[in-house]
Amino acid sequence: MGTSIPGKRADRRDFVSRLLAATPDALVVTGLGSAAYDVFAAGDRDQNYYLWGAMGGATSLGLGLALAQPDKSVIVITGDGEQLMGIGSLATIAAKQPKNLTIVVLDNGHFAETGMQRSHTSLGTDLVAVARGFGIVDAFAAASVDLCDEIAAGIRDRKRTTFVQVHIEANEPPRALPPRDGPYIKNRLRAALGLKPF
Amino acid sequence: MIPFIASAADTMVMNTPSPQPPAWQQAVFKVLKEGGVNQIAYVPDAGHSHVIRSAIADPEIEDVVLTTEEEGVALVSGAWLGGHRAVLLMQSSGVGNCVNMFSLLQAADFPFFALVTMRGEYAEFNGWQGPMGKATQGALELMGIHVLRASHPDEVEEVVSAGFDAAFEGGDKVAVLLGQSLIGRKKWERR
Repeated sequence: MGTSIPGKRADRRDFVSRLLAATPDALVVTGLGSAAYDVFAAGDRDQNYYLWGAMGGATSLGLGLALAQPDKSVIVITGDGEQLMGIGSLATIAAKQPKNLTIVVLDNGHFAETGMQRSHTSLGTDLVAVARGFGIVDAFAAASVDLCDEIAAGIRDRKRTTFVQVHIEANEPPRALPPRDGPYIKNRLRAALGLKPF
Repeated sequence: MIPFIASAADTMVMNTPSPQPPAWQQAVFKVLKEGGVNQIAYVPDAGHSHVIRSAIADPEIEDVVLTTEEEGVALVSGAWLGGHRAVLLMQSSGVGNCVNMFSLLQAADFPFFALVTMRGEYAEFNGWQGPMGKATQGALELMGIHVLRASHPDEVEEVVSAGFDAAFEGGDKVAVLLGQSLIGRKKWERR
């Protein structure tokens, strides 16, 4: 359970920057809030798609992108609160089993953006058990950057749907704000894939 | 592309028990297939059953069953981001589940095309379908989605095609309401 993991937790910025440094070709979808800041802080790139709203939609958006781009690795990076709001999407993803989709939930057990209220993962919900229960077999927890290289290798290999719950410290690093212009980041990512506007 | 095969259903009377799906449902799939749809996401409804079956049977189309309709709004947007055309099928009750997620369509200016089978408007036996059914068009329009409607079998293909082109050629956000009269009276007693 979320709060019962003893010992150390990963620093969110270190974890995300190390993971993305090892997956330079991946398409990245972020949930709104801190996860988006973490991804932007790791270095903006055209293949990043930052959500600023649509709470609960990050993994579903990632699924649509993964099905459309089977030869690209797709990473969804989001927080526990955002994932919980769209929790059923894990069942939808399990039903499709896209081999190129990895979901990384940065879990601090709190709604950091709104004042650090405790989330369900601090109150008994085990996200790895949930993901497995929905049918994502390759679901596991990480609590340090030591697992980043292994997770990145799996992302690059595109052999199975993977769900990673990353236990992170409940801190609030300085905000690093990605672009909020939705059409801009949409067209930028599409252009990076060689897709034309219409 | 697999060619669309016309069938004897074209001349059939609505609701006649038959292994053939109604012609209007076949026309819907024809529009989607000929329009190059790559993903069909859905929460099922009887009125979508032929399209869903056809999507599952078609190796060129990813069929995605959703746990709730709002997943589909995000999914079809992700599909467009990756170069796919994706369509969302739902019942009118599902529109209510989507309302905040519709923000994504405006915020990022994604094309959007949904087919909505109506409840709560014609010979509805279940009053619980009434509130959302009556609010469906208003809810869509409040969120900036252009609403078209087909109430007669003969107009389904044209209206669906018009909405489809507005979405994927013009970038509009479109929902086509498929009137409950198309589906007809539901039999409530199983024997």
